[in-house]
Amino acid sequence: MIATTLSAESIDQIFVLAKHALLARTPSALQSFVSALISIVPLLVVFPSLFAITTILERKGLGRMQNRLGPNRVGPFGLLQPAADGIKALIKEDVVPTAADQTVHFFAPVVFVAAAFLAYAVLPIGRNMVLVNLNAGVLFFFAAGSVVELSVFMAGWSSRSKYSLLGAMRAIAQMISYEVPLVLASVPAIMQAGSLSTVGIVEAQAGYTGIWPHWYLFTPWGIVGFVLFLIAATAESNRSPFDLPEGESEIIAGYFIEYSGFKFALFFLAEYLGMFATSALGITLFLGGWSAPFSFLSFIPSWFWFFAKLLALIFFFIWIRGTLPRLRMDQLMGFAWKFILPMALLNMFVAGLWRFLPAGIIRWIVCAAVLAAPCIVLSFALKQKKKLLVRTYHFAE
Amino acid sequence: MTATFLILAAITVAGTAAAMGLRNAVHCVLALTVGFAGVAGLYLYLGAQFVGFTQIMVYVGAVAILAVFAIMMTHNPGQPEEPFSRYWVWGAVIAAAVFLTLARAVHLAFEPTSSVLAVPPQAPDITVQQIGDALMRRYVLPLEIIGLLLTAALIGAVIIAMDPRDDASMEDAAE
Amino acid sequence: MTPLEGYLLLSALLFAIGLAGALTRRNAILVLIGIELMLNAANLNFIAFWRYGPHPEAMTGVMFAIFSIAVAAAEAAVGLALILAAYRHLRTTNLDRMNRLKG
Repeated sequence: MIATTLSAESIDQIFVLAKHALLARTPSALQSFVSALISIVPLLVVFPSLFAITTILERKGLGRMQNRLGPNRVGPFGLLQPAADGIKALIKEDVVPTAADQTVHFFAPVVFVAAAFLAYAVLPIGRNMVLVNLNAGVLFFFAAGSVVELSVFMAGWSSRSKYSLLGAMRAIAQMISYEVPLVLASVPAIMQAGSLSTVGIVEAQAGYTGIWPHWYLFTPWGIVGFVLFLIAATAESNRSPFDLPEGESEIIAGYFIEYSGFKFALFFLAEYLGMFATSALGITLFLGGWSAPFSFLSFIPSWFWFFAKLLALIFFFIWIRGTLPRLRMDQLMGFAWKFILPMALLNMFVAGLWRFLPAGIIRWIVCAAVLAAPCIVLSFALKQKKKLLVRTYHFAE
Repeated sequence: MTATFLILAAITVAGTAAAMGLRNAVHCVLALTVGFAGVAGLYLYLGAQFVGFTQIMVYVGAVAILAVFAIMMTHNPGQPEEPFSRYWVWGAVIAAAVFLTLARAVHLAFEPTSSVLAVPPQAPDITVQQIGDALMRRYVLPLEIIGLLLTAALIGAVIIAMDPRDDASMEDAAE
Repeated sequence: MTPLEGYLLLSALLFAIGLAGALTRRNAILVLIGIELMLNAANLNFIAFWRYGPHPEAMTGVMFAIFSIAVAAAEAAVGLALILAAYRHLRTTNLDRMNRLKG
């Protein structure tokens, strides 16, 4: 066994060192296969476990925000609820309507889950801990995300039911509309780092001036970009306040209305995995990936910071779900095309300004002004003025 | 002929043949998506990463969805379905003739006497930075023209497909 | 058979399949899809020649393929919009029925 001293760096690299130790013991013919296996299996284990934890966090968190207890029967404080949910999903009868298109109905959740898992291949979980360091990593992530829309359509259309088709059309329209702002909001971070590789973007943010980190969040275009990215990510994952396609009180689960049991659980899993992946990309682009918030906290391992930031963003998504009301379809689309898209384009321009202005307070003031003025003007211009008339009631005679 | 190339080629040909042969239009588009993914796999195998991911993002994520939406919006169950033309034999004959001509031309070009394309070199390592650099320096004019073209296509598509009844109904709804 | 010859034959086959579909299918949207397949076959040709050609560092094949994908997307959008407009007028997408100039 390789004797390592228990330093901060070795704890930080503990998974990498464990992988090297395991690889040293396998015969050289199998090494590439075992290396791939060792890298992939933790991803397939950790993120679904995070999904299970998130379901219970969400139900308890939403419950507390709505002034009630969440589930508290199964296990201490209800913490074993995901196990109960998993067993229920597995043993439920798999009902497929006879009019449904059997092949497409079967493959829709498979494609959804496969695309959701593919996106994790380029996310840096810690220092030297990325599955594949692609030169065009961010582009790969968005390409994997765009396959999801096709699977949503497959699910909605194959069920041959009016509600599922309507839900699928709404969901696809929403996802396409918010995909453009999502990509545009991430372009400033790519511009500043000068690379499409996720590892390159994180390493560009890994330095410190004094105790303050070089995260892109601490720039005017970074703040606006991060906010736009979060809004677009919420809409991409069909989460409240953008969950009209699957709102339970509106269309009774929308495009996966005809799915039961394990396939429904797969859809649920894939949706949450998509949410985690987009949050992780937001962390990589704007929050510095695995780097610590202050330079004196760098002794804490990098993978701990990544998961801490991921949990903070998950809490933020749950918080938003419990707070804001649902948006209507036309409000949703108008918001995307008339507000978010122009602001994302302006943000790209301001990021360019930031790069070419000399460092100092002037740069901050100019960029903040160029961003704030159109934002205020657009918000006032897009406010719909409703004239409130006196209501007259007509009763049957 | 490596196994990877043969598998990817088989997936592509199967997907595209199904796309042109199936009766149900939506099944055709889903098979086409498999074909596009196969072509993207071939691009990645050839070492063109940027083009491969762009292929997936544009074709699978946008063109296929557009085709599916168009099929759904033009679906008329009252009309009798005639998937193939009455003269489909002639179409197949023409396509076969085109394929045979091209295959013969390719075969003739690769005789042992020609030495230009004899040895396959190492896969070139093209980074995205180099593509961006080329786009901004050598190909900046085509880039700007593509921008104009996409803007014109966007505006044109919206205007052509807009329902003339929509304007009136939107004003009524806003009252 | 060299790898380049394999790719050229494959792209010729894809082109022929797309052409067969565009000539025989009667649904206007599927004809458009056949055209997209032909464009894909041409792109594959470009990338294959870039990879196995004499000067891969010039990136000509890659650039052409990128622009070709962009143009194909724009053309698909406009073509499908035209089909939608025609459907609204004629209530059918069957090309055999679109055989009159008068609406």
